[in-house]
Order: sequence, then C-alpha cells, then structure tokens
Amino acid sequence: MSLRALVGITLGKLVGRLSRLLRAGGGTTMPGRVARAVDPAIIAHLAADLRLGSVLVSGTNGKTTTARLIASCCERGGWRVTHNRAGANLHAGVAAALVSRTSAIGRARGEIGVFEVDELALPRAARDLRPRLIVLTNLYRDQLDRYGEIDHIAARWHDALSALGPGTTVLFNADDPAVTAIVARLSLPAVPFGIEDDRCGRPSLEDAADARYCYRCGTPFTYRVVFLSHAGKYACPRCGTARPDPCVRADAITLRGTTGASASIAWDNGTHLTVDTALPGLYNVYNVLAAAAAAAHLGVSKETIRVTLSTFTPAFGRGERLTWNGVALQILLGKNPAGFNELLRTVASASPTALLIAINDLTADGTDVSWLWDVEFEMLRDLPSTVTVSGLRAHDMALRLKYAGLPTDRVRIIEDLPQALRVAAADAGTGGTLILLPTYTAMLQARDALRSMGVARGFWED
Amino acid sequence: MDLRVCHLYPDLLNLYGDRGNVLVLERRCRDRGIDVSVTRARVGDALDARTQDLIFLGGGEDRQQGVAVVDLRRRAADLGAAAASGTVILAVCGSYQLLGHVYHPAEGPALEGVHLLDLETRHPGRGARRLIGNIAIECSLPGVGALVGFENHGGVTDLGAGATPLGRVRVGYGNNGEDKTEGAMQGTIFGTYLHGPLLPKNPSFADALIGLALRRRFGEVRLAPLDDDVESAARRAALARIGASYPTDRWRGRGAASS
Repeated sequence: MSLRALVGITLGKLVGRLSRLLRAGGGTTMPGRVARAVDPAIIAHLAADLRLGSVLVSGTNGKTTTARLIASCCERGGWRVTHNRAGANLHAGVAAALVSRTSAIGRARGEIGVFEVDELALPRAARDLRPRLIVLTNLYRDQLDRYGEIDHIAARWHDALSALGPGTTVLFNADDPAVTAIVARLSLPAVPFGIEDDRCGRPSLEDAADARYCYRCGTPFTYRVVFLSHAGKYACPRCGTARPDPCVRADAITLRGTTGASASIAWDNGTHLTVDTALPGLYNVYNVLAAAAAAAHLGVSKETIRVTLSTFTPAFGRGERLTWNGVALQILLGKNPAGFNELLRTVASASPTALLIAINDLTADGTDVSWLWDVEFEMLRDLPSTVTVSGLRAHDMALRLKYAGLPTDRVRIIEDLPQALRVAAADAGTGGTLILLPTYTAMLQARDALRSMGVARGFWED
Repeated sequence: MDLRVCHLYPDLLNLYGDRGNVLVLERRCRDRGIDVSVTRARVGDALDARTQDLIFLGGGEDRQQGVAVVDLRRRAADLGAAAASGTVILAVCGSYQLLGHVYHPAEGPALEGVHLLDLETRHPGRGARRLIGNIAIECSLPGVGALVGFENHGGVTDLGAGATPLGRVRVGYGNNGEDKTEGAMQGTIFGTYLHGPLLPKNPSFADALIGLALRRRFGEVRLAPLDDDVESAARRAALARIGASYPTDRWRGRGAASS
C-alpha cells in the first residue's frame, strides 16, 4: 500500500466520522471524495485486496435492490462483504465503501465487493475494479437530460466491456433487447437470465415509444409476450434474431399485490429453488432472479440463496412497510416510465385506502418532468381513493392525472411533502393503507420527515 | 364537426412524453363536442396527408430519426401539398430539425431534410454543450401568450427568410442560444424545441392549433372556453420554478437567465 493511498484512507475515514458526528449526512460519499482527491487510483488499489474479487450491478432499474440481495446472499454464505449499501452509486460512493471497510493500516476487511453503479459510472468502475461478474439488469428510458439516449449508454457500455478480459462474466437480462444487443457483440463469457412464465406478461408493448429495433437488421422486434416495458420474448420477423434462451429462469410466478411475490428459479443444470419474497411486483421478480443467478455464479449454495431471498427486508423506499399512527405506510420509489408503470400496476392491484404521489425535479430526479406523460396513469382511473399529489412538480402531476381521466375533485394538491403525508395518512385512517410513490429526492424528503417523527431510520443506519 | 389528427411515427419519434400532445388535442376537442380521430402512421404506412387536419411529429433518438427521415422524404411532396391546403403540421425537437433543409451532424455527412421549413441546423461539434433546461418563450401567435416547456438539443438552428420564429426566448436557449428566437412558423407548419408534452401546459397554443386545423374544412370556428384551472396552476408553477414571474399572462421585468 502506497503512502498516498494510506493518507487517502485516513483522511477519508476522518471525514466520514465527522460528517456522522455533525449529522451532516450519512457519510456515504464524502470519505470517497476525499480519498480519491488524495489518491485518484484508490479504488483500483483497494479493490485489488478483495480476495474474492468484486461484482458490479448496473442498469436503469433494480440496481439497489439487486445489489443488496447479492450482498446479503454473500454475507449469509459466510463472506465478509464490502458494499455501497446506501445506494451511493457513483465513483465516490464506491470509494467510500472501500475506504470504510479498510483498516487504518490499509488492510481490507472485506473479502468480496458488491457494488451498484450508475449507468454512466459503469465504464470507469469496470476499468478500476476489474470485476469477476457484471450484472446488467435493464436499459429503459430514463432522465434524458442527464443520461442521454439509450443508444448512447449502450455504446458506452459496449466500449467499456470490450476492454475487459475473459476473467469477467456478464450476467444479463435476456428479456431486454437493448441489453442483449450489447452483450451479443462481446466476446466475454455471458450468462442470460429471464422470465419464462407467460402468464405474467401482456400480449403487446404498452406504449409504442418503447419499441426496440433488431440490432442486426433494424426491423422492429415482434413480441410473443411483453413482461415489462420493452422486456419480453421478442424476435425479429426478418432475420430471426431472437431473445437468447436464458440459462437461469423464473417460472411459476405468483404476484401478491404490494405484499410480495413467489417464483421458482431454475438453472440449466437442473437445479431449482422456490423463493417467496416480501418484495412486490414483477420488477422485483427480475431483481430476485438476477440476484439468485449472480449468487449461484459466485458459489453461494442454493439453500443459502433461498433462505436469504425469502427473508430479505426491503430497503427504504423499495417496498419497506412502516406503521405510522395505525396506518400501514408503504413507499415505492419511481424514477422513470418503466419503473412507474410497474409500480402503478402493483398499486392498482392492491387498492390502498390512500395514495400520495410526490414529484420533484431536482438533479437526482431528472430536471425534465416530461416523462410523466409516458407513464400510464390511466391505470389509476378505477382506484376508489383520493390521490394526493405533492412535490416541486405537484401541479404537473395533477395535470397529468386530469388527462389520464381522473376527475379533478379526486386529486388534491399539497406541495409541502410533510403536510401531504399527514393529510394522506388521515385519509387512509386507522387500519388503512397509504402508498407513497416518490421520485428520488422526494423519497429522501419523506424519509427525513418520517425520521423526525420517529417512524423511519436515517439512511446511514440502513 | 370532427378533427382528423395524424400522429406520424409514434413508434420512432416519441422520445419523451410526446404523446401527451395528442392526448391534449383529443381531450380539448371532445370536451367541446368535437369528434376526433387519431391515425397512427408508421414508416411505410399508406397515408394521404391531404385528408388530415393536423399532423404531429415528435422527437427521437439519432438512429430513429435517421430511419424516419428516409420515409419522411418520400412523403415530403404530399405533406407540402397538405400544408398548402391548410393542414396544420406540428413538429417538436428532432422532427423540427428534420422539417428544415439540412442537418449537419458533429461528424459524418450532412442529413438532408424535407425542406418544409426554411431553416438549417448544425451540431457545433462533439465538445459543445447541449442546450438543456426549462424554457419560456413569448409566442408570436396573437392571443397565445407565453409558452413554457423543456428543451434538450445538441443542434443549433438558424431560420431563413421564409420562416418566422414561433416566439422570443425569455428564459432558456431556443433555436441557437444566441438570437433569442425559438421555433419556426411557415404558413400552417410549426416547429419548436419545446419538447415532449408541449401542449398540456400551453392550452392557448393547443386551442390556436385546433382552431387553425378546423378552419380547413369548417371555416372560422369559435372554440368554447374550457375549465383550465389545473392547466393554469401548472403553468404558473412551472413559470415560477424557472424564474419567470407570471401573474397575468404578462411578463414582468426579468430577462433571459441564460444563453
């Protein structure tokens, strides 16, 4: 370990302790920022000490939950894990996780690294970490003001992954043609995963905007079944390019509204396991499937995987259930049309007594709220409850609901989020259920409000 | 009375909430007892543009725009004839660029447009900043007032003598970030960088387009006023959020914040 790296580690740790002490925040990125300022190569240095290597998880949706599930499987399997738990998924977050799991004399406390990384951070993270496994969950339209177009991210990913050697395996969502197109042009070992159960899908794409074009000949793909956004069983009617047969498959899926799901996960070698998870919605079946496939690839036993996935408690904002003055409160983070559509499907099937939607347009949310018009809020038309809208873009949300066909007297606008939470909870009433659908920064605001009322924990305690 | 709307390339040019515009056109007609038919025409589909009252085109990713423009060139004469007979064409973002003469990308050969709008667009080069952010303009159409929206484009557009700006930039970049012009109008053809759901928060512009489109077959039509409380509140909130005060549909003080 170089002196420079040691100084970086020491200063980083000091800053982390200070920011916790001062309650300035969770200290999930500052230690990393400081350590990288002192030693720009700190990630590569510290990652080299991880005895069992590292795993990267990236994609538009499902990063945090999938990475957490993989980390939990590894922990239960007996390994010491270094993991950016709080969802700090840029370079500073990865560096901070490594620094906090390194001793003062520069010795790694973790044996294996499990890191979720932002789509645009993946190329650099892959170069620095040289991961043994990269998990690609999906690529949907998301925050175009920040990420640019899907094709742009796909090109960056392809360039980054092409530079890796055969020591890296890519575990990818075969149902997503945008992801498959990238992997199809790589020479790395690749393992496809996917959903088999056609009963979970729909016959056609929800919105024409999600159409994908064959990456070999440019013809629009046709779908036998669509599971989520543009993910499904697709094939090109012209050149025959099709979804690869998954080596790890989810079948016999049961969705239980907002309370969870179960699925049978099977591997090519004939082994399988049945998972019952508290994580709701088909999008979480994908997360569970990806995590099971990843953990098995790393060598965690199937029984350990089954127990871990079946006892996993959702993270804040990812389906965690809280009780607040006798109201069951569930917070489901929505970031983009694909994610939001799945949340709405889940919510509509659960029929909560009150619903609160909080839309912000800060940098972490995406400053462009145009995406609200790509979300099928029409699904809420038959929900009997009043919908409260909140956040910096509450009025945009109210307008979207009007054009989705909700009568204006069923939509209430309360821009102040803590106030909106109180009113919506009163709506739900004792014994009722309140579901909050926030964008990212609205979720953090809600957490702060609930923490000050003693209902939720701080994100650094997570 | 009925309005025939065509959404051209809904699968290719629908990058970010563009379909919101079609939802608004439908709803604002139906609420007034005007029937609406929406035709969704894709690449290769048979379409007689002259039968349509209003044709809408959205924005797309580079690759999708490349596919769309090939089909669009084939339709150029038909679209031109339709516009000459009074059909309204509204193009936002990427398709706005395609309706011009040419697009010069950062690298590679120039992409010929369909020459329906007298304008040219060039990408200033790989290193250049994209023009991204909330935007508010004062619309040149009488009675429309301010338009509020979001822009996100790499290309910069210069208008020729045949086109007039759709409006003047108050906050944001507009056509090129320099001359304060935004969008273009030429007869019944309208183009703008205010992308995605342009019409929901700008109901007066939506109504102006509906009125113009109905004129082709029904002459001057008086559109009944609608309850626009939710629209007005969303407009006010958006304008306040981007730093343009907006008490009575008139601008006060404050000039452009950027460009």
